[in-house]
Amino acid sequence: MIYYLILILNIVLKSLALIVPLLIGVAYLTLLERKVMASMHQRRGPNVVGLFGMLQAFADGLKLFVKETILPSSANTLIFILAPIITFLISLFVWAVIPFDNNSVFVDINVGVLFILAISSLGVYGIITSGWSSNSKWSFLGSLRSAAQMISYEVSIGIIILCVLLCSGSLNLSEVVESQRNVWYALPLFPLFVMFFISGLAETNRSPFDLPEAEAELVSGYSTEYSAMGFALFFLGEYANMILMSTTVTIYFLGGWLSPINFIPFSFIPGFFWFGLKTTAVLFLFIWVRAAFPRYRYDQLMRLGWKVFLPFSLGWLLFISGILLGLDWLI
Amino acid sequence: MFVENIFFFFFSSLSIIFSFFVIISKNPVHSILSLILVFFNAASLLIVLGAEFLAMLFVIVYVGAVAVLFLFVIMMLNVKVTKLTTSIYRYLPISFISGSIFFFEFLMLFYLDLVSVNVNYLYLFEDNFVNEWSASLAPMGNIVVLGQLLYTYYSYLFILSGIILLVSMLGAISLTLHRRNDIKKQFIYKQIERDFSSSIVWKH
Repeated sequence: MIYYLILILNIVLKSLALIVPLLIGVAYLTLLERKVMASMHQRRGPNVVGLFGMLQAFADGLKLFVKETILPSSANTLIFILAPIITFLISLFVWAVIPFDNNSVFVDINVGVLFILAISSLGVYGIITSGWSSNSKWSFLGSLRSAAQMISYEVSIGIIILCVLLCSGSLNLSEVVESQRNVWYALPLFPLFVMFFISGLAETNRSPFDLPEAEAELVSGYSTEYSAMGFALFFLGEYANMILMSTTVTIYFLGGWLSPINFIPFSFIPGFFWFGLKTTAVLFLFIWVRAAFPRYRYDQLMRLGWKVFLPFSLGWLLFISGILLGLDWLI
Repeated sequence: MFVENIFFFFFSSLSIIFSFFVIISKNPVHSILSLILVFFNAASLLIVLGAEFLAMLFVIVYVGAVAVLFLFVIMMLNVKVTKLTTSIYRYLPISFISGSIFFFEFLMLFYLDLVSVNVNYLYLFEDNFVNEWSASLAPMGNIVVLGQLLYTYYSYLFILSGIILLVSMLGAISLTLHRRNDIKKQFIYKQIERDFSSSIVWKH
């Protein structure tokens, strides 16, 4: 009995060690976004709370925490409450299989890539149920848009991942990273890297594809009726998904924890440092895109997903498998 | 083994409870959500069995695609909460007959004893180590074994199922494909082609 208790305690502590830094990372990501966007607009950004505004995110969180939770009388109460919880939980699930360094991963399963795909395809549910249950036209339209968008871009993401898997020959995330020891896949598969990044923008509902919460048309999309902690959970889930998307870009294309420069002073730097650095660089790209580009129209978004990315990634899949088969490079 | 049994009974009882909810809940959206939970528990049962690849496929295909489409359709149809006008006891005889047929089939299946899959024809086991097949299967993982079978012995069936899916997809597309001339469309290539010399015409 005591054995199982220790086992459960071990699991709980490990998950906390994964989740708490993630949430702190989300807090500082919001700060980073506001600071970077401010610099690009030539403003100062948040600089009052704490040194350089370092405590701004926590002040915002506290504000959301003490506000009143409003339950619309016409809403479907149970699903209305469950939807943000589902979104938040699902955004935390996937972190169990992400390898941060050589051998530092919570569970090292053989189907890690599929696990990421499966769990991130569940993210739709939180959004679609929130839109339906809040019983408002804005929320419903926003959630339908969001669901259609996420499903469309999952297809091209899946095919791009297939190309990466053909090159690496394994569905284990650690082995995908290890197979990039000679060259990162961002170099030979550069068009796929760009397409994966853009699909990631659409998958996480970031601008220029933030149609679901287009504030000019649909007040705030699926989160219109939410206040206080419900809204905060949506927000946390969205930003955790952003970090997740940039870590997957790092793992599939930028060589995970592998050091880019392989001689003495740099090879002493631990792997998780490189991992964090690459992830932060991709996150910076996410924010940069938001500051630089105007929003897409919805039919343009769908056209890009189905008529440009899908045929192009299918073509690359055939091309890569042909090259690997012809030159006998298949693992 | 003890923990596995606990997990098995946990997931299977949950899936029975939620499939009951699928039938009795009056709101169709609630039944779809319970159906999703049933899919989830089935995937968890597959993980308990050690078939992690099938479990992930189950989640991706059923929960990630099929159930989302169900949910979409039901939300768009705007089905009101259905009132049960007729008594559910009307269906009791039919359900009793079909249920008992199902039950006896299962009984016969278990009575005949479950026979394991003949692994001799897996060409990976050239030495015919039948008594050690599970040990040699373990380090390979699900996907490798499935791939070895699917692309060799069952390649015809694999291609056939692909063709069936293609035909059904073409059917669905051809149902929705009708051109209308009275709507304005954006032609991206024409827009990009336009430059100063082709768009401004000097008339005199």
